[in-house]
Amino acid sequence: MAASSSWAFTPEDSTAIADVLERLLAASNARCALLVDRSGQLVATAGEPMDFDPTAFATLTAADFSANDQLARLVGEREFGTLVHQGEKESMVLADVARRVILVALFDQRTTLGLVRLKLKDSVVDLTRLFDVIFSRSADVGVGRPSILSGAHDEIDELFS
Amino acid sequence: MSMINYASREINCKIVYYGPGLGGKTTNLEHVYAKTKPDTRGKLISLATETERTLFFDFLPVDLGTIRGFKTRFHLYTVPGQVYYNASRKLILKGVDGLVFVADSQVERMEANQESMQNLYDNMSEYGYDITKLPFVLQYNKRDLPNAASVQQLQAALNPGWEVHETARQRLTPDPDHPNETLVEQLSTGEWVERVPYFEGVAVTGDGVFDTLKAVSKLVLKTLA
Repeated sequence: MAASSSWAFTPEDSTAIADVLERLLAASNARCALLVDRSGQLVATAGEPMDFDPTAFATLTAADFSANDQLARLVGEREFGTLVHQGEKESMVLADVARRVILVALFDQRTTLGLVRLKLKDSVVDLTRLFDVIFSRSADVGVGRPSILSGAHDEIDELFS
Repeated sequence: MSMINYASREINCKIVYYGPGLGGKTTNLEHVYAKTKPDTRGKLISLATETERTLFFDFLPVDLGTIRGFKTRFHLYTVPGQVYYNASRKLILKGVDGLVFVADSQVERMEANQESMQNLYDNMSEYGYDITKLPFVLQYNKRDLPNAASVQQLQAALNPGWEVHETARQRLTPDPDHPNETLVEQLSTGEWVERVPYFEGVAVTGDGVFDTLKAVSKLVLKTLA
């Protein structure tokens, strides 16, 4: 497999993802939610405006999850599907979605870890369903890919001239 | 694995700088960070030890322009070069779209370069990625040092070429960056080989840094075209 396969999501996918994240926030009273792909790219955010760099946050989230995956294997687990980081005021729960993306919920004293984890489980189920469709569609398109950059060789040359 | 977001009209790609320890991978990113406008790049994140050796990775997101209304955003990563950090090095390769191998030109580092190149091949193959099908460029760094090996020596050791089996690709391809050199050629033994593009660099002064980045980014976008 060449590593450079790509996946894409449409405005409709974005809306569906945003709906799941909004439902999670409403049900859990978490502060904000982020969705990050396993290679460290930010897919979506919802909730209160973040006072940190979300791109950097996404990269570190993926690295955190990958490192913990390896730790799990070292101790004989297939994976640590959920991670919790608890701070004095701010905390976060991270959960795997379909082995391809990571759902993160950030929360503070307005809610509890138990409630956030409980509601996160429902969101993981919904998102898994959505991403199964997105990834299977991306794989299908990859076969005879009519990419958005099809025939754009000259434009690419121009960009780097 | 590149990600295309039709809602925000962005294409996100991941480029990994690989190579032996103290070869200049982090310096490449620091130069890109210093020379790009703040509105076209994000934060430079370094997960390093107290002595500033890369422990996990360095990360820098940069925007390289717009094509067909889509913003092209490249996420640049370095891996830790030291041999014993292989577990974290391998993690960074996950989902890679393009590779830069930063070799240390010093004669004394030739073995370290080769060991790191072999490690790259091994890690890529463990993921099931075919390195010969991935945008890949080499940077021979530290060309200003008196003990630098010749480019011919480095090419022979690190970029001898892999065999080209597909007949469609078996055609003489000149190297656009080096006159009288080729990327694809037929050897006297009859077999066709392909080498990856290479660039000479002095990362501390910035020489060759953007040439390398542009070359790999262009190759990555062309895989989508």
